[in-house]
Amino acid sequence: MNTSATFGVGTPSESDFRDTRGGDMSEIGLTKGHVTVGSVEIQAAKMTARGVNIFYGDKQAIHDVTVDIGKNQVIAMIGPSGCGKSTFLRSLNRMNDTIDGCKIEGDIRIDGEDLYSPKLDVVELRARVGMVFQKPNPFPKSIYDNVAYGPKIHGLAETRVDLDEMVEKSLRRAGLWDEVKDRLFQAGTGLSGGQQQRLCIARAIAVSPEVILMDEPCSALDPIATARIEELIEELSHNFTIAIVTHNMQQAARVSQRTAYFHLGRLIEVNPTEQVFTNPEHSLTESYITGRFG
Amino acid sequence: MSKEPIYLEKIQRSLVGRYRAERVFRGCGMLAVSLGLAAVLLVFVDIFIKGTGAFSATYIALDVTYEKDLLGIENFADQRQVNSGDWEAVYKQALRRDFPDIRKRGERRKLYALVSSAAGYDIKDRLLANPGLLGSKETLWVLADDDIDSYYKSWLDGNAYTARLTDGQIRVLDTLINTERMQLRFNANFLTRGDSREPEQAGIWGAVIGSFLTLMLTLVLSFPVGIAAAVYLEEFAPKNKVTDFIEVNINNLAAVPSIIFGLLGLAIFINLFQIPRSIPVVGGLVLAVMTLPTIIITSRAAIKSVPPSIREAALGMGASRNQTVLHHVLPLALPGMLTGAIIGMARALGETAPLLMIGMVAFIVDIPAGFTDPATVLPVQIFLWADSPERAFIEKTSAAIMVLLGFLVTMNTSAVWLRKRLERRW
Ligand SMILES: Nc1ncnc2c1ncn2[C@@H]1O[C@H](COP(=O)(O)OP(=O)(O)O)[C@@H](O)[C@H]1O
Ligand SMILES: [Mg+2]
Repeated sequence: MNTSATFGVGTPSESDFRDTRGGDMSEIGLTKGHVTVGSVEIQAAKMTARGVNIFYGDKQAIHDVTVDIGKNQVIAMIGPSGCGKSTFLRSLNRMNDTIDGCKIEGDIRIDGEDLYSPKLDVVELRARVGMVFQKPNPFPKSIYDNVAYGPKIHGLAETRVDLDEMVEKSLRRAGLWDEVKDRLFQAGTGLSGGQQQRLCIARAIAVSPEVILMDEPCSALDPIATARIEELIEELSHNFTIAIVTHNMQQAARVSQRTAYFHLGRLIEVNPTEQVFTNPEHSLTESYITGRFG
Repeated sequence: MSKEPIYLEKIQRSLVGRYRAERVFRGCGMLAVSLGLAAVLLVFVDIFIKGTGAFSATYIALDVTYEKDLLGIENFADQRQVNSGDWEAVYKQALRRDFPDIRKRGERRKLYALVSSAAGYDIKDRLLANPGLLGSKETLWVLADDDIDSYYKSWLDGNAYTARLTDGQIRVLDTLINTERMQLRFNANFLTRGDSREPEQAGIWGAVIGSFLTLMLTLVLSFPVGIAAAVYLEEFAPKNKVTDFIEVNINNLAAVPSIIFGLLGLAIFINLFQIPRSIPVVGGLVLAVMTLPTIIITSRAAIKSVPPSIREAALGMGASRNQTVLHHVLPLALPGMLTGAIIGMARALGETAPLLMIGMVAFIVDIPAGFTDPATVLPVQIFLWADSPERAFIEKTSAAIMVLLGFLVTMNTSAVWLRKRLERRW
């Protein structure tokens, strides 16, 4: 896959890009009215984004992105760092609301409901669209309390027994139960990195969200822990809709059904994963997956 | 991959210089630390040497007789008799008996002056507690006057201080010393009484209670308000010009000389709101205003140091802003906030200037019983004693500083301890 990797070390930026291609954006097809190639729309869409622009202050980080996220599917978002993957992902459960100066235009829906309509409650949305972050971030509380936190604040458990069940079920689904069942009341922060990340996944699925967003969930983990999480994602995708940002193209190829390639804030191509990695439609996608920049 | 020899040589040569620079740097650091420690030690030792004297007082043994006629008392149940009782007559009679050749009125007065005027009250208390003693005899240790105390302590050190004593008095004292009727005893008065014009009767307790009441109020007012302000500014306030303006002003307030807060308290609390001066209420208010910026700043720093990933995790779970703060940010920031509060309190405990402005510098004998009783505080007490001409107040001043330092060290240690304890991150 890396046969034509002549450069591509370091962080690519707009200027890198110009140097390598010897022209500006318009020459290689990134015009102002750029249209994403491939199949952005899908039959059974769980979430839809239409014409999304995202700004940090005056700076635009996402330009006119339109894409569907399929129900009970995994969609991988790839692209050079700084291209806006995280920004776009975070707009799907309104985590960007917490950033001062972040502004969103366009239309994002979950099951047809407008995410940004004043009628929608952001707390409820985040219960429906959970998130797993790049760096494992368990609360500095016990393993049990970490998983029980969501059900507690959303009032999902009637009794202590209910709660115990929920915690066990979530830990089992996250493949962590056997490792932690004897130390549920020890600190979650005392686990290994991979275990912490699975704890965070257990915490996220404890409230039975419909969608799980994962922002480079394995980038801080070793290969073995990564493999475990990938298995987990595969399993979870039967019941949950998953959007995963990843730096690792093999990972995208392994876990996802569809892949979206972002470049400089624009969505270049969305296609079935296999096609993206074997026969990309856009030349930029091809450059990226063949390792010309990344 | 091997280096070319010429490079290795250059590296080796530069190493010598680098190690030398490191040694010099470390030496400077250690010198600075030792200088600081030496200065602190010097102050502590000096205060300790000067101050320990205040914890003992000179007592004189007298063979007293509790004669009814002398006291003018038949029955302790009769309040009128108790009120008009001549308690001092008891020790005066004993002195006259011990030194019969002192007859002139002036010399007699000098003789009586060897005993503290507090002795009469001590005798009264003793008799009221043990009415059975009436009519009996005993050897009683009575508190000596402060000049005698100074003389005896300096005599023990081999360098008797006689400046304020007459020759007759010194002869009497030497007799008492030679017959072992003079003794240093633990000075409970210093730890249990209020201030007094007579150094031997002056105690620190009034100031301790005054400081305690004032600081309680300061803490109760400034801690919740400070934390609420810090949480609001950090977690909820919109980031705009108004917030920036508030932030700049809080930082400015923290740097304002404390006496300005005293003037503010005088103008607002006393002149405008007509709160009486010299009471812990007004002192507490002034110190609360003074401490507030410090608490806000340290609390904000504590909140800032909570990793953003924890906030994201909570928000991502669907916790509301409020829940995020209450469940996660505050518990993690609390050790830092408490440390800040204790350091703020320690500063308030040592503060004198603003309290001078609001009349807490008054001479107050009674131990305050509540927030509205006139009171003084430890540092002001130190100031007052340091300003008194009597030689005996020198040791009182140092001893009061020891007490104040004791409280400060305790508070700062507890700040460290609290942080250590709560910081076990969960
Ligand atoms: N909080 C922020 N404030 C301002 N700019 C941001 C912020 N977060 C990200 N950006 C900018 O937005 C662009 C996209 O960032 P991001 O979504 O994090 O990229 P990716 O996740 O693809 O690496 C980058 O240029 C980055 O500098
Ligand atoms: Mg990112």
